[in-house]
Amino acid sequence: MTEQKMVNLTIENRPVTVPEGTTILEAAKLAGVLIPHYCYHPGLPVAGVCRMCLVEVEKAPKLAPSCATTVAEGQVVHVHSDKSLDARKGVLEMLLINHPLDCPICDQSGECELQDYTYQEGRDDSRYREPKRFNPAEDFGGDVIYVPNRCILCTRCVRFMDDVAHEPTLNVSERGDRALIGKFEGRDMTHPWAANVVDLCPVGALLSKDFLNKARAWELDRTSSICPNCTQGCNVIMETRENQVVRMRPRANEYVNAFFMCDWGRLNYRWMNERDRVEKPMVRQGAGLVATSWELAIAAAARAISGKKVFVAASPMLSNESLFLLTELMQGGSGAFRVAEGEEAPLPGVDDLALRRERAANVYGAEKLGFRKTGDLLGALGQGDVLVVAGEDLAGIASSALTRASDIIVIGSVLPEAAAKASVVLPIANFAEEEGTVTNLRGRVQRFTQARQAPGESRPSWLVLGDLLGALGKQSNFFLPSEVFARLAGSHKSFAGLSYDKIGFKGLPVVDAASNGPKAPIAVGAA
Amino acid sequence: MGFPHHPHPRETPVLSQYFGDAEARTLDGWKKRGGYKALEKALGMQPADIVNIVKESGLRGRGGAGFPTGMKWSFMKPGDGKPHYLCCNADESEPGTFKDRELMRWTPHALVEGCAIGAYAIGAETAYVYIRGEFTEPLYWMEQAVKEAYAAGIIGKNAMGTGKRVDVHVHKGAGAYICGEETALMNSLEGRRGNPRIKPPFPAVSGVFGMPTTINNVETLIASAPILMNGAEWYKKMSLSNPKSTGTKLFSVCGNVQRPGTYEVQMGFPFKEFLYDLCGGPLHGRKFKAVIPGGASVPIQTMDEAEATLMDYEGFVAQGSMLGSGGVIVIDDAQPMVTVIARIARFFAHESCAQCTQCREGTAWTTKILERIRDGEGTTEDLDTLLDIAEQMTGKTICVLSDSCAVPVVSGIKKFRGEFEALIQGRKFHPVIAAVA
Amino acid sequence: MTPDLVGGVESPDYASHDRAGHGPYKPVFTGDLKRELDELLTRYPNKMAALLPALWIVQREHSWVSEEAMVEVAELLDLTPAYVKGVVTFYTMYHQHPVGRYFIQVCTTSPCGICGAEDVVKAFLRHTNTGELGITSPDGKFTVIEVECLGACGFATPVMVNEEFIESVTPDKVPELLSRLK
Repeated sequence: MTEQKMVNLTIENRPVTVPEGTTILEAAKLAGVLIPHYCYHPGLPVAGVCRMCLVEVEKAPKLAPSCATTVAEGQVVHVHSDKSLDARKGVLEMLLINHPLDCPICDQSGECELQDYTYQEGRDDSRYREPKRFNPAEDFGGDVIYVPNRCILCTRCVRFMDDVAHEPTLNVSERGDRALIGKFEGRDMTHPWAANVVDLCPVGALLSKDFLNKARAWELDRTSSICPNCTQGCNVIMETRENQVVRMRPRANEYVNAFFMCDWGRLNYRWMNERDRVEKPMVRQGAGLVATSWELAIAAAARAISGKKVFVAASPMLSNESLFLLTELMQGGSGAFRVAEGEEAPLPGVDDLALRRERAANVYGAEKLGFRKTGDLLGALGQGDVLVVAGEDLAGIASSALTRASDIIVIGSVLPEAAAKASVVLPIANFAEEEGTVTNLRGRVQRFTQARQAPGESRPSWLVLGDLLGALGKQSNFFLPSEVFARLAGSHKSFAGLSYDKIGFKGLPVVDAASNGPKAPIAVGAA
Repeated sequence: MGFPHHPHPRETPVLSQYFGDAEARTLDGWKKRGGYKALEKALGMQPADIVNIVKESGLRGRGGAGFPTGMKWSFMKPGDGKPHYLCCNADESEPGTFKDRELMRWTPHALVEGCAIGAYAIGAETAYVYIRGEFTEPLYWMEQAVKEAYAAGIIGKNAMGTGKRVDVHVHKGAGAYICGEETALMNSLEGRRGNPRIKPPFPAVSGVFGMPTTINNVETLIASAPILMNGAEWYKKMSLSNPKSTGTKLFSVCGNVQRPGTYEVQMGFPFKEFLYDLCGGPLHGRKFKAVIPGGASVPIQTMDEAEATLMDYEGFVAQGSMLGSGGVIVIDDAQPMVTVIARIARFFAHESCAQCTQCREGTAWTTKILERIRDGEGTTEDLDTLLDIAEQMTGKTICVLSDSCAVPVVSGIKKFRGEFEALIQGRKFHPVIAAVA
Repeated sequence: MTPDLVGGVESPDYASHDRAGHGPYKPVFTGDLKRELDELLTRYPNKMAALLPALWIVQREHSWVSEEAMVEVAELLDLTPAYVKGVVTFYTMYHQHPVGRYFIQVCTTSPCGICGAEDVVKAFLRHTNTGELGITSPDGKFTVIEVECLGACGFATPVMVNEEFIESVTPDKVPELLSRLK
């Protein structure tokens, strides 16, 4: 790679050095200055139309749109000078003259850039005395509703569909102040990635039908997580309200998902709120299962396993940590998992990003840790083995398939019908309820954190497994998932040298990953 | 050439000498009048030599901006391995301007020839003539001329038997003023919405179809032929005042004047004599009140300013306006200025491409306020608001449509504030006698 | 010298077309018209550039650009219908609805405005029986609209009737002009 030329400039009196070709707007971010903007988005081609990011560049005759102006050596940029503030105030006033100011009933309220920047540097009144233009809201199909009255014509949505989704479903229709975002009758926003336009929209013009009127932005708790719905492992923010996951939105990661996530992954969060859960540890007493304490249940499970060969039927939704602890439990036995499949749906504008065929979070991790991927989940269950069902719902599997097992231990959030004869049931948290790491299809280890409380007495899976190992006399004294991970890193060559601190919230590839994912930050919409 | 009137002796018809001469429209007629000699000469020269002659002549863009044509041509790097394109901007849509329309419908072959010369000079094998869709008659004649020129082997893959390829295609616009902006024209030609592009990159680097492109006005391209035939000195000598403005210029005159039409005079001609002598002065019983000398988007001149103007690029600037496209709109004392300005603003609001916030919202807002003042509903604060909006619309957008809307508003309020205030205070505009229908 | 003021460009007769857009859609680009489009495509380095010319052919043949036509053009030029619609709505000369057999556009921008264009518009509205701008007369013959600058300001007031360009129209000339339109 050729050495990149660096450019020195001053932004708001702060010296900053950036690679040649960087825009002033991006350079300012590095200098810790956010230049207000609407149409600019780092994942989309530059449009330069909102004129919000105008800044004063010394010696330039006019204010410069910082999103479309590249840095030059020795440049002196003023973001908050009177001239630039006045220009942005002007833009804000114009953006609001036809805006309905219906924030009290707008879903975007509280996370709206029009609100934020107006609050920050807009006028405190409007001089507009004329009638406002009105256009009715329109259902764009898919998960998208369009409210034209709130639209500021930044064209992020149009550019996303054109240049990233490569399916121009949206357009700018008409011109002048009659312009609005349009689509063609009968051609809906059904592209598998179309709902990203809702996130991209800086105002309340494009809304999610799924989230419509569900919550106010300020009522939401936000958690950094990973979308568990396929092996891509898109980074997400999981948003909860009153302990319910109500929305998933993409979190930027240039090595995995850029700024996007697919509709299927995004809307597939309800299972994490499911109420039909095992809430207490249970042990078998005669014909039935009875609730008991964690201590007694763990002890019962340990007794059942002790000295036996164990076969683990695991879920590929489990974290690396839990899968690793499950392998410690096998005692010469083995493990297998199966994975639900669907159609692959790539996002053509971004390198190596797709809704993957395999619809689970940790297929790579499970295989790396020695679990066999198979359609016949219990095929390798040996006569007399103890069967540990971990996170698997055993859907479609008859209870007769389990008769080979000498004993059945269920470690899960539900009790599978096929495993009704289990001797011990240990309730665990689901993906949204615990912390851990998963490894995506390119071998990238990524952290997810707890977004909601697990119901009843359910405990994180790594904690339950740690206790079980302890009861079996193995050294296991884990208080945090990071400690489990440290043990994993110390004992498995693929994870050697990794730690939670190092992984951070953008992930790191396993040591022996076939590909490290895209090496450079993903170029989106490159010509 | 005073068209559609008899030519005035003080005119200098070079480009316009065959206006009204139906025979000049045909290939034979055009050849009889010395047509295609310049192209023949050009194809025998080195492109760089053509560029130098045009540079030397001082020819400047006739579409509005007045950029030196030779210099623009010299930006096209020969031998860069990319296809070059020439675009002829025949989207003449600046209100008050109709000179290119006359050039195309009376001397279509002159434009075919100009395009071929220009294309050859910049290393392009293809020239597109983008003609606005409303110009059905110029479109018809241009298409005829191109067809004839192809059939005669004047253009095509072996232009005039020289083995050099020059294609000329007519492309029909579909109703959008903004497509007269060069980058919007390129987008439109590519089959897109006519949205102006951010510069840089400039067209000479990445223009139409992403390739190096030069874009010239109709009059500019046509002027290249006589320059090649008569030499740069001849063209330079036609300047009457400032040596930076050379040659002749077509002015189209409209509005409240005795003889509206297209006139060709040498650069630096006195505007006062032009208006009163060539154009015949005001209508019977009327007095001139104001002039918009370069199409609707240049500042309005008072008569004091106009009468002191010498008609060239510098002369109009010295008197508070611009030469622009040479579309002279004459306004007499029967016209309420607020109505005139409100109508101009409405034009720009209608034509805004909707990209930039200040333009999309500002042009419409300006129009609404002006129409309210016109209807007697204005307030004193409205004038301050108008000036402030105009300030926000100036120098802050991708192209200058927004500025163009602000210009007549600012110059109008500055120079005719009394008319605005009278309407605000409830006094109706009363011309001295009823307006002539 | 007597300048020929009206160019004598024949205006296509739309009378034979199904103007209201009822009935099944008939594709435009078959036979000769497909060949016309193919010839157009040779002029440009990509297909998209032929969009405006293709839409002009559609309007010439159908007298307006229907949504079905947008789909047809989109498929021929490897575009999406939404894209085509975005372009169609940008340009004012493409009719997105059926219009009268004679589509009359009267220039009312400032230069014509100060020469009495408003009165010409009124005369057209009165004599065509349309009454209102953009409305088609009951007999389906006329639609009158105001248009922004037609670029013939010295010949106020210019009027376009379909593709025919008529200069220097004054209110008193309107009845005679209309009587020519059968």
